[in-house]
Parts: sequence; structure tokens; C-alpha cells
Amino acid sequence: MINKIVIENLKSRWVRTLLSALIIGVQVTSILTLLGLSRGMLQDQATRTRALGADIFLKPGSSTPLSFTSAPVSEKFLPLVAKQPHVKQAVGVLFVPAMLLTPVSGLDLAEFTRFNGGFKFIKGGPFRGPDDLIVDDYYARQNNVHVGDKLKLINHLWQVSGIVESGRLGRLVVPLRTLQRLSGNSDPPRITQIFVKLDDPAYTPQAVDQLNEAMQGNLQAVSMEAFVSQYSINNIPVLKSFIWVVNVLAIFVGFLVVFLSMYTAVIERTREIGIMKALGARPRTILNLLIRETVLLAAAGSLLGIVMSFGAQALIMTLVPASLQVVQVPDWWGYASLIAVTGALLGAIYPGLKAARQDAIEALAYE
Amino acid sequence: MNSPGTPATAEPIIRVRNLRKIYRLGEVDVQALRGVDLAVGRGEFLAMVGPSGSGKSTLFHILGGLLAPTDGEIWIDGENLRQMSDSGRTLLRQQKIGFVFQKYNLLPTLTADDNIEVARYFAGREGPRDPAFVEVLELLGIRGRLHHKPRALSGGEQQRVAIARALVNHPAILLADEPTGNLDTENSNAVLGLLRKVNQTVGQTILMITHNPEAAAFADRTVSIRDGRLQG
Repeated sequence: MINKIVIENLKSRWVRTLLSALIIGVQVTSILTLLGLSRGMLQDQATRTRALGADIFLKPGSSTPLSFTSAPVSEKFLPLVAKQPHVKQAVGVLFVPAMLLTPVSGLDLAEFTRFNGGFKFIKGGPFRGPDDLIVDDYYARQNNVHVGDKLKLINHLWQVSGIVESGRLGRLVVPLRTLQRLSGNSDPPRITQIFVKLDDPAYTPQAVDQLNEAMQGNLQAVSMEAFVSQYSINNIPVLKSFIWVVNVLAIFVGFLVVFLSMYTAVIERTREIGIMKALGARPRTILNLLIRETVLLAAAGSLLGIVMSFGAQALIMTLVPASLQVVQVPDWWGYASLIAVTGALLGAIYPGLKAARQDAIEALAYE
Repeated sequence: MNSPGTPATAEPIIRVRNLRKIYRLGEVDVQALRGVDLAVGRGEFLAMVGPSGSGKSTLFHILGGLLAPTDGEIWIDGENLRQMSDSGRTLLRQQKIGFVFQKYNLLPTLTADDNIEVARYFAGREGPRDPAFVEVLELLGIRGRLHHKPRALSGGEQQRVAIARALVNHPAILLADEPTGNLDTENSNAVLGLLRKVNQTVGQTILMITHNPEAAAFADRTVSIRDGRLQG
């Protein structure tokens, strides 16, 4: 019977029910999408890094673990790296920030092609001149870019020579020398990272040690495997804190939504609560009713939120695939729902107690 | 000779002695009941008439266990209300009291049938309804309207559902507060006739509050209340 009362209450005030569930759903979607974005961006970067085909990479000793766009170092280290035992080939890449989350990569295309087979062109082809630009298909789709188009990046006009399959290195690739000149890294020529291919990947641990010794702290060698495994939310304290903040905010939003929703519901139902009390309903029965209603609202909101997170993913992947990558995080569906239910239950406490303590006579006189 | 609140029958089901209720309004004490003595016999249909502010609603609420008195004694079906806690009075409402209100007070989201069932649920009763109550439903003539929500029922039908709800747990007393106050003459007479019939058929004790002498005429006995006191 109690469930029938709850369901009929929710059905009879369906606009309020729908809106409350929708807002709780938005809160769940925001948690899931934020996490999906964090993981998606990291996974995408890990995939693209792995696809470089390198065994080891070297970065300036002072740079942060996951930064591609750190302070460049002199190109003179490149031959020194190439001389080390088991090193088959070493290529240098310069990363320069061009726009939010999308750096421009400068490289020697011939060297890069020899290193890992190069890019797979969907349209157009390699650089024909120093001002040519290669973009990946995500970037081309998001920005409606075609071969032959002119693009202004880093205060320079580039012509798109080719569109390549996404998944290897950056989304914007230009000739190394031009990028060095434009970014003030040409005298002496500087690069941001060095990618190393070994004659046998089995020697990776030894090669890393040898390279670190040879570079004397100027560059730090890391195996690609170790580097890619660092692409996790747990290794980025700022991201972890950010996710915490969003979760706390989500609980607060859930609390406010349900508080307001239940508070108005209790006021609206003052007379009904009075009737139930006159019929012998105990305060805990009234509280029980509101808690069930809250849990049901939060559960419906969570379900809606999970469904909406697929919509958010589709929207992001359609509109801005080059800037943002989002994946589904089913392992967080339960946590996000728990966060929604917690916020909702906190919001139901005061209205619930108010209803439970309602004086029956005053409630019956309520118009 | 009997006092105004004393029934003709023996062994009262409601016994009230020197009942007082004082409301504190700001810094002023308002005496709503000033020493009421009343006895209602088992199976009696008693009407209580009085103007607004006479204290009849206060008495109704105290007898229904919705309000605690300030002083005096009240016994309902052998139980002393003065000694009852809030939860004890809740139990009393579940098991011994049936309410019928002027504004019907049905839960708007539930069907007529569920409105009746909810009273059984609060009283902790489950399973099929007993045959005696099915007879009451027949008597009230609402069996064909039970699956409608209150908004689809006329005032007279809603009040019949409210009477059915009040009787479903076979209460010791049916308390009716102006049960025909919102009804036209035809429906008023029908509802009052039904209360009379329920009283006669199943021996239901009824205490009805009204300001209408014509409604009071349906009862076995009428007592008047004015300024918080019963009058002869």
C-alpha cells in the first residue's frame, strides 16, 4: 500500500517528478561525463603515444611527467641519443601550444615515416612546402577543414596538404624547421622530446638506464610502457581534486533539488498528511513515505542521468572530437547513483521531519 | 433525571468527566472547554449541536485523540485517554476511532477503494475484507464507484466513501464533524439516512457534531454545547 501511495503521489505531480528526476539526472550525467572526459582524453593521448611505435622517449629533466609541451632542449642531444647501444633510430619532435588542448607538432616527416611507417593519409599527402600543415580527421571534421584550405595558427598562415587518420601523435603536424623558427626555437634548433626505437625492445630497461647516464640529467629517459601507464586519473592530483569537487557539488545540487522538491511537496500535501495522521499514520510512516519517494526520484534521476551520459558522449564526439574525447565509465554508474541518492536523502531529511511532526489538526485545517 | 450528557442506555462507551481545554494564544488563555461531562452509550447515535466557537470541534478533536486535554477524565471503550502518550493516541485512532469530516478528506491521488484500504493499512490489517464490511459497502451503495478517484465522484459519493473508510476497521466510535456541511439537501438526507442505517444495522456508536437541527433529528439523542459547556 505504501508503495502505491508513493507511486500515485509521483504520478499525480508528474511535472514536479519529471523536473526533479531530470535535475538529478543532469547531476549524474555531469559526474559521468566529467569522468568520461578525463579518462577519454588520457586514453586518447595514451593510444596516440603508443601508436608512435617508440620504445623509449626522452624529455627535458625538469618537465612534469605528463606534459608534452615542456621547455625545449637543444637538438644536439639527438645524435648523442642515436649513438647509444641498441638505439636503432631517434627522432625529435617539437610541441608548441596552438590552441586549448591541441598543440602543434613539428617534425621531420621523412624521419618520422622511417621511424614508424608515417601517417595514413585519407586525403591529400605529405608536406610539399615549409608552410604546409597536416591535420587529423577529427580536427578536419570538427573544424570543417579540407585539403588546400588555409589556416592561421601561431600567427602564421598554413596550407593543409593532407588529412590523416587520427591516432598517431598530434592533430596538427607541421615541418619541424618552420615550427622551430616561428616559436623562437631555431637558434640553436630545439626540440621538446626525443622518441627512440631500439633494435630489440627486450633491451628497453638497460637502454633506459644507459640513456639516463649518458644524458647526465639534461634529458630523462622513460620506457614508453611506463610512460603510457602513467596516463591515469590517479597520477594527476589536480584532476583527482577536480573530480572530488564536482562530486561534492553534485551532492550539494542533489540536496538542494530534493530539499526544494520535497519541501514544496510537504507544504502542498499538508492536508493529506493531516488526513493520514487522523487515520492513524505514525510519524515514522509519514517519514518512510517521503524517503521512499526520494529514493525513487533519485533512482529514476540516476537512470535518466546514465542514459543522458550517452547523449552527452554522442554530442561531444560529434561536435568537438578533436578537442575532447569522452568514454563511457560504467564502473562509475553505481557511484554516481549513490552520490545522487545521498544528496537526495540529505535533502529529504528536513522536509520529512517537518511532515512527520505536522500537527494533524492544523494540517486538516490547511486549505 | 439525567444530566444533559448522560445517555438513556447503561455502560457508556465514551465517558467524559469535568473535561477542560485551555488554549494559550500569545499571553491570553482561552478556555475552549470549561468542565464537560458526557456519557455516550454503546450503539448510541448522539448529535451534538452548538454554534461556532462553542467548543464542539475541540471536544471532537479530544475524543478523536488528535488533541490532548488540559484537565479532566476521558474513557473511550474502557481506555483512559489522559494516560495515553502520542503513540497511544495514534493507536487509538487506528483501532477505535473512525472519522468523517465535513470536507470528506479523501486522499486525492488514490481511488475510493485505495482510500478505504489505506485506513486498513495504517491499522496494520491485511488480507481480504470481512463480510460485515462488504455489507456496509452494499448499504452505502458505492460498490460500483470504488475504482474512481475522488475528483470523479460527487460530494455525496465522496462522503459515502469517507464513511466506508471510517468504518473499515470496525471502530468503537464513529466521529462525524458536520458530515453534511458541504452537501445539498438531497445528499444530506441520504448521508444522514445512511449513518442512521449503519447505526441501526451494525450497532455502530456515532457522535455527530452539527449546527443543523434537522441533521441532529436523525440521532437518538441531541446535546447542546455553548461556551465550552454542555447545556440542558
